[in-house]
Amino acid sequence: MEFLAYFGDVFAPINFGLLLLGTIGGLILGATPGLSPTMAVALLIPFTFRLEPAQGLILLGAAYTSTVAGGAVSAILLKIPGAPANIATTLDGHTMAQKGQGARALQLSFLASAVGGVFGVLLLIFLTPVLAKWALAFGPSHLFWLAILGVTVIGSLDSSSVVKGLLSGCIGLWLATIGFDDIMGAQRFIFHSSVSGGINVIPALIGLFAIPQVITMFAKGRVSLDAEVLTVEKHPIRDAFREVFRRSRALSIGTITGSVIGLIPGVGGQIAGLVAYDQSKKMSPEREKFGTGHSEGVIAAESANNAMVGPSLVPLLTLSIPGSPTAAVLLGGLLIHGIFPGSDLFDNNPDVAWTFINSMLIGQILMCIFGLYVAGLAAKVAQVPNAVMAAIVLGLAVFGSYSVQNSMGDVYVMMALGTGMYFLERFGFSAAPLVLGLILGPIAEANFIQGSMIANATSNVGQYFFTGPLNVGLIAIVVASVAYSIWMELRSRRYTTKDDAVRKEEALS
Amino acid sequence: MKKLLAAAALGLTTLTTGVLADGHESFPERPIMMMVSYGAGGATDFQARIVTMTAGNEDALGMPIAIINKPGAGGRVGWNWFATQADSDGYTLGAYNIPHFIAQSIEGGVEYSAESFEPIANWGADPAVFVVAADSAFNSMTDVVDYAKANPGKLTFSGAGLFVGHHIAALQLEKAAGVKLAYIPSNKGGAGAMKSVIAGEVLGGVNNLSDAFRAREAGNVKILGVFDLERNEFLPDVPTLMEQGFDIDNASVNFRGVMVPKGTPQPIIDKLAATVPTMFENKRVAGKMKAGGSPMHIMTRDEVLAMWAAREETLKELLAGL
Repeated sequence: MEFLAYFGDVFAPINFGLLLLGTIGGLILGATPGLSPTMAVALLIPFTFRLEPAQGLILLGAAYTSTVAGGAVSAILLKIPGAPANIATTLDGHTMAQKGQGARALQLSFLASAVGGVFGVLLLIFLTPVLAKWALAFGPSHLFWLAILGVTVIGSLDSSSVVKGLLSGCIGLWLATIGFDDIMGAQRFIFHSSVSGGINVIPALIGLFAIPQVITMFAKGRVSLDAEVLTVEKHPIRDAFREVFRRSRALSIGTITGSVIGLIPGVGGQIAGLVAYDQSKKMSPEREKFGTGHSEGVIAAESANNAMVGPSLVPLLTLSIPGSPTAAVLLGGLLIHGIFPGSDLFDNNPDVAWTFINSMLIGQILMCIFGLYVAGLAAKVAQVPNAVMAAIVLGLAVFGSYSVQNSMGDVYVMMALGTGMYFLERFGFSAAPLVLGLILGPIAEANFIQGSMIANATSNVGQYFFTGPLNVGLIAIVVASVAYSIWMELRSRRYTTKDDAVRKEEALS
Repeated sequence: MKKLLAAAALGLTTLTTGVLADGHESFPERPIMMMVSYGAGGATDFQARIVTMTAGNEDALGMPIAIINKPGAGGRVGWNWFATQADSDGYTLGAYNIPHFIAQSIEGGVEYSAESFEPIANWGADPAVFVVAADSAFNSMTDVVDYAKANPGKLTFSGAGLFVGHHIAALQLEKAAGVKLAYIPSNKGGAGAMKSVIAGEVLGGVNNLSDAFRAREAGNVKILGVFDLERNEFLPDVPTLMEQGFDIDNASVNFRGVMVPKGTPQPIIDKLAATVPTMFENKRVAGKMKAGGSPMHIMTRDEVLAMWAAREETLKELLAGL
């Protein structure tokens, strides 16, 4: 209960002002395509040079929580996920926005984010020592199996057919091999200097989601200039509250999956949203509604990606090991003030540690309030005429890809992948499995190589990868996940006629 | 008023000498950019931001330095860009990491070598250290080497990757002790390598002194030896490898500093080489670096040139067998 003693500090005028600034600024930065939470926090670090340590961390903590949630805004309204964490949000969120329910989607996403986020921070407060052990339990072999588990999700994720899902996943896995390989430094498929550093996930994400969208909008714009004026439904916040808590299954799956996966160093943040989305889809009685603007999809994805914020800091705060890129940036922010995370932080600087954690708790709630406030206004974006919208999205896509590493190469990659994706979408492939392949490929590969190097030096590969309770448990989940997908595929095949399939395909495109 | 007059007089002299000399004396006239080939928040980025924070002061360059990150492929992306595409007008600086970029250029497949760049000054030197988990049975490097002799090729230890300082240290240790070790490169840099030591996935690890120092403060690791010529002020109780009877010099020490692309006008290089080391000596810079546990080591352009040449020779010899 030590954290309660430091709650007062959060509400000191300067601290609270910084908290507001971080939250609002974070929402805006998060909603800008290409500005991932990591970059937003890195941009803010120089501003903390002149602040007290606790004040600086309040600013960074608030910005971290609200950029993660802010990413949902562009995911829902523009179909550009701000960061990998928001990929799953586009699947149902953007479909809702297209139906004029943008306000509802945004309200649900902010409420779900707040619930997930508060839960995650509470875990950080109460279970840190236990969680630290759990975070360390994952060695190379376990991370390898975890990545394979992610691959099994690919097939069932947002695709009209498992085969097409797996195919686009494979394209993603191939794209992931481009560049210098992570461990040996070998060069693979480098046919142009733009890709010598590999395909960066953020520009790929922007291209794959936004560009097909832009091309479709331009194409439509010529056919019907005035037919597309959408009415944006007003949605009372009260209803959103009721809906979020009525969907308690999606909410709890999202929150729990997000916090458990978010904890695993190096993997968590990027796939928490997608795994939670997939799990709640598999467990929902209305699973066929997923992908068509179903509220459970938004709730699961957003509660998961914010739930991961708190636990993702556990390895940093307890063991001084940054578990995610954002945590690495936060480590820089701590070091600059001469504070070493680890046991030292809680023993010698409890005021800094607890004020920081408390500010993330309050930040979640502030973020939700501001988010709900702007949701109605922001949803009006859907009324912008197609031609104008396409130009704006294209501009943001170029800006977002360029800003990641100030490189035109990333813009070319974004355009090339996006154009390719437009044609793939015509054939019923979708972008989400492709991105998942791109994210999981390096994780699986690097951990397999590391694991087998350790295995060859100590025992043998079979023993290293196939024994131990955690390995066996993960393998069992992988097998169950594959079996479930096959069973679902067979069952749906039996009951769908060709006409149904054609109709479903048309509804999706 | 006095200050103003002095500044005006100074300005006037610079102006006249500028006109008389070669037109570069007014440099810099606009903000300067510095490329860091590692991601935001990493040790190099973190230190680069601190050492350049006083660049805008009148006694330094008088213009701020902005950090631009070009991460990827262990620094290769950024240095490739710096060697081939960066403007050589003095407004584009780059951060270097020795031995990384020299080792990579010896390994091949990149578009740069030590000849592609002109050093300006060195700001830091982060030696590699050997760490083991806090509950490990090893208490000195002799214990480690004895284990490796009894179990050839079975002593697993982690490091930040291939062809970086940690890998060089590993090769030196193998050579000096005459044993076969299993070096496991991490794809997550020093932090990933440290995690595998603390989690017990490997028996030991080579890591950055600054990170190891923090991990020891947190009670997670023991530090058994420093891969440097002398003990470090952060760890006065940890002996060097040399003291423990292994013939290992400072070839793996991670030197960080500022450079410009080849082709930058000599007067600009001279001006930078004269100003930048004094900028590093600023008290605020030293305070922040010390607070962050980052060892400083300021070297002038001539010293860096000599260091680069010496490194290249050692590394060529060490990497020849690979």
